[in-house]
Amino acid sequence: MTTEQWLGLVTGVLFGFLLQKGRVLRFDKQVGAMLLKDMTIFKFMLAAILVGMVGLHVLAGLEVIKLSHKPLNVGAVLIGGALFGTGWAVMGFCPGTSIGALGEGRWHAVFAIIGMVAGAALFAELYPFLERTVLAWKDFGKVGLPEVLGISPWPVVLVLWVGVVALFFWFEKKGV
Amino acid sequence: MIGNRKDGGWSPYLAGGLVGVLAICSALATTKLLGKTSYLGASTSFVRAAGFVERLVAPEHVSSNEYYAETKVRVDWQFMLVSGILLGAFLAALTDRSFRWESVPPTWQERFGPSVAKRAAGAMVGGVLAMLGARMADGCPSGHGLSGMMQLSASAFVALFLFFGVGVLVAGLVYRRRHS
Repeated sequence: MTTEQWLGLVTGVLFGFLLQKGRVLRFDKQVGAMLLKDMTIFKFMLAAILVGMVGLHVLAGLEVIKLSHKPLNVGAVLIGGALFGTGWAVMGFCPGTSIGALGEGRWHAVFAIIGMVAGAALFAELYPFLERTVLAWKDFGKVGLPEVLGISPWPVVLVLWVGVVALFFWFEKKGV
Repeated sequence: MIGNRKDGGWSPYLAGGLVGVLAICSALATTKLLGKTSYLGASTSFVRAAGFVERLVAPEHVSSNEYYAETKVRVDWQFMLVSGILLGAFLAALTDRSFRWESVPPTWQERFGPSVAKRAAGAMVGGVLAMLGARMADGCPSGHGLSGMMQLSASAFVALFLFFGVGVLVAGLVYRRRHS
């Protein structure tokens, strides 16, 4: 294996380990979040975002790493986001967690994985059509929210920290 | 907030926070070792998996497809990352004996019964829709939800809002018991 593949594997093992320990791989946790009964997934994701965004913006500010935004292609993000939300609710897994769920024995994730591989193949067939239609509507390009607002990333980071920590206290008060 | 929990797992705040640390280390490691910053993601690897499968039956079709050509059907960093998730989850489950064979999850069973065929059909249909959506939106809850949000990408805020917003609406329709 190449360095690239080894690095990916090690990162993935650590990622999978933490996903499992956080108990976020399970169908009931994912659907529980969407039924607003169990906030485990939100706590996990938001905690990761709070920590990650500080480190990534420090490193990007020092020009050690480069940020890589995904394009804000309006039609694609809106329609794709809605399609994903629909499929996610029914499937009860997202792409990364389906693989992890299989690792902890929830073997019905195999059906979700088969469906997603088929969906990817279908997307590859539809791609030329989508490029002429949905993907061509309006693309705002690879932009960060701070650039859109015309400010440095740090006020945005601060506002998110304050808001999300308040949300965490509310979750704990409600016992969800 | 932190510590041992009744399900034997770690606090989601702790496990999630450590994923944040992993994301930072991973961005740094890919930049230093591979020369290009890579961010955690998962859904592109399903395109590569589809490309590998299709190659077995129709190799010309894969090489002539524009999307496969752009994505490059090969075992790259992210493909190994997604494979690693399987191993990491398995090891974690062994450490606290939470490995369970499960054919139908409890929430599903409550609503649709114990039929594996029904669960399989739901998972496959959901999988097709979700992956079409993830590739269209150019990311999933890992790529947009974690990596995009950490970078404060404008697209991530919109995508994550729709993932969960529509997810909540559809889950409400699908799983809430109808009262007779």
